[in-house]
Amino acid sequence: MDVMHFDFPAATPVARRAHVGVVASGDLEVLIEPATDQAARITVTTSVQGYGTVWRSVIERFVARHGAAAMIEINDFGATPGMVMLRLEQALEASR
Amino acid sequence: MSAAHEQAFALRRSFIELRARERARAILDDASFRELLGPHERLKSPWLPPQGIVAQADDGVVVARGTIAGAPAVVLAIEGAYQGGSLGEVSGAKIAGALELTLADHRRGVATRPVLLLETGGVRLQEANLGLAAIAEIHAAIVELLPHVAVVGVIAGMIGCFGGMSLAAALCSHLIITRQARFGMNGPEVIEQEAGIDELCAADRRLIWSLIGGEQRFQTGFADALVDDDAEAIARAVREAFVAPRTPSRTLQIQRYRQCIASIDPGAAPGAAELRAVFGHGGSH
Repeated sequence: MDVMHFDFPAATPVARRAHVGVVASGDLEVLIEPATDQAARITVTTSVQGYGTVWRSVIERFVARHGAAAMIEINDFGATPGMVMLRLEQALEASR
Repeated sequence: MSAAHEQAFALRRSFIELRARERARAILDDASFRELLGPHERLKSPWLPPQGIVAQADDGVVVARGTIAGAPAVVLAIEGAYQGGSLGEVSGAKIAGALELTLADHRRGVATRPVLLLETGGVRLQEANLGLAAIAEIHAAIVELLPHVAVVGVIAGMIGCFGGMSLAAALCSHLIITRQARFGMNGPEVIEQEAGIDELCAADRRLIWSLIGGEQRFQTGFADALVDDDAEAIARAVREAFVAPRTPSRTLQIQRYRQCIASIDPGAAPGAAELRAVFGHGGSH
């Protein structure tokens, strides 16, 4: 199990908290809530070890694309990067 | 399959494919769903991360308040995709606590309707006795609720309901099941592992479903309604269960089940057909 934290500057506020997904095989859950400052603060807990670089890439792309100022918690059970991005965007959609 | 059957199949909304939160929504009246101790409360298992397992924010149990046919209700839905729907200290306590609050409601004259959506292999082995203790509390709460209100269980599949929670299902006054579901104390894989492949071949799906599948459990009287995998059909069966005449729960029919068990020769294990002959459809509902 790996735990990672990522902080990025971000300007677009999210309206409300939201939750999507399940900690199921090949899936993940995402909890998103409005940030108290102009930042995206993301915590990842994953069952798969050694993929820090891939996580950073996926999250950098997500923040670059949406700039969501939010606290995001990811609990992952071996999802692929594509699945992670879909769940993040689903969570963002649900938080509008 | 006829054209009409095909159309009905295409139009139905699968309940099995829904996650626990959506299942609870499907059972409750439209827009009445309100979650208690939801994922943002982060009431997680404290025992899984030290064992290297990622914890889910709601520990795999959804506690939902709302109404069923206009009456106050609580739906307890287990998420089968997370750790096999297993119950640990937190998830077990969420169910037990909600049932105890339901009992408190009845004692002060509020007729809250309890529904259990069971999708579980039973106790979470990583949490061992703490999970078992919680399951025992769930059993005790169901037994205490029975004189007040119907306690309705749903086993939809595909995991089914096993272990200590199969006892909880058996304690329910009304059990709703689909053909896809399985319901038993020990799962087939456990029996094969512990007693050998000569006892039971867990890969023999036809045999497994003929013994512990939803249809067999209905025909032998261990479930009260056999419904299609359709969210509206299951929600309707739940509503009907609360207005059905109350009959003595299976758990109180001790003499009858003692006689059934005594009539079985363990040296000549009965097959699916013999079990139907022995247990019949209970006739209790």
